[in-house]
Amino acid sequence: MSSMPPARFEADPRGGGSATIGKAVKVVGQIFSREDLYIDGEVEGTVEALEHKLTIGPNGTVRATVKAREVVVLGAIHGNVEAADKIEIRKDAKLIGDIRMARIIIEDGAYFKGMSEIVKPEPAKVAPKAQATTPAASNPAMSATPPANSSEIKR
Amino acid sequence: MLEPLKGLFRGSRGGQPGGLPPMANGGRAPMNGRLAEPSVSRRPSRGLEEFFVQIRDTSGLTMLDLGGANQKNLSFIMDLGHRLCSEDFVRILNEAFGAEDGGDQTNPGRIDYFLKQTLDYPQGHFDGVLIWDVLEYLHPVLLNAVVERLHYIVRPKAYMLAFFHSDDKLEMVPNYTFRIQQVNELEVTLHGMHTPAQLYNNRSLEKLFSRFESVKFFLTRDRLREIIIKV
Repeated sequence: MSSMPPARFEADPRGGGSATIGKAVKVVGQIFSREDLYIDGEVEGTVEALEHKLTIGPNGTVRATVKAREVVVLGAIHGNVEAADKIEIRKDAKLIGDIRMARIIIEDGAYFKGMSEIVKPEPAKVAPKAQATTPAASNPAMSATPPANSSEIKR
Repeated sequence: MLEPLKGLFRGSRGGQPGGLPPMANGGRAPMNGRLAEPSVSRRPSRGLEEFFVQIRDTSGLTMLDLGGANQKNLSFIMDLGHRLCSEDFVRILNEAFGAEDGGDQTNPGRIDYFLKQTLDYPQGHFDGVLIWDVLEYLHPVLLNAVVERLHYIVRPKAYMLAFFHSDDKLEMVPNYTFRIQQVNELEVTLHGMHTPAQLYNNRSLEKLFSRFESVKFFLTRDRLREIIIKV
């Protein structure tokens, strides 16, 4: 038996399950995320988190085209933003660019300059009825696709 | 209704961006003042009602709001099925010319910069404009340039809604923001007072918009003249 104490794991204060670009990090290129993404640093290029929530933290500065399910801005975005669900621009946040979303929340004290357009959310896809379960489908480790929780940065 | 103005403010909507031509007036003393707590009230608006009458049977129009983005105006216009372009005209005006008494609004370099920042759109791009009272912040040279640009970027037969104070002897006028409550009602927030760049009577307004097809006036009880301009 080991006498080592069990490793201590501290959950992400934002609820976990999200990738973070810290405030001392700068990324130039393309970001594709398959999990929620929190950007508190600097990003130039494109950011896609099509089925996930993207949060730009208070220190975050994004000069990019952004696509996500949901976008929450506390920092600054300079670029066009598209959200299948909603865009939230919080007090003191800044968004310069055209936005398309199903709904918008803009707090007093936020700055937004650009064109706003409502897009109707796509109807939910009906999943085909499952056939006989294959070993590959029942075992994620055997799936050819990457795991659901991952972020990819291309340069 | 007005409480004592809490000091003078300078550049509250933004600082001086770099790379601009120098200001020629050396910065005159500001006459602007800001309330510690904004005062919110509602007022009926015949002008707004008339503006919406012109667009009620259509959707997919492209509208321009020069009062800056806010939840109520965005939701109201987009719920009608239109696109809305938001420009915080006064904020960019202060950035371009300085908040101090309007700065030097005759400087051609600054005028070009300002127009590029606020009204740089293709010909006939907009189907309607909510100007509110922002033209009262403009001195004659810049005002004429802005009106000319509006005439260019708004399609013919479209409508614009603008507000002007009806007392042309006022030294200070309220600094308002306007939010659409319903088709004929506005929520008006008073932030303080500012020195108007110039004041207008009906005749000077008709002259200002003389190249537009028509100008229709709606007089109100609160010394705010609402006008609908047809391009």
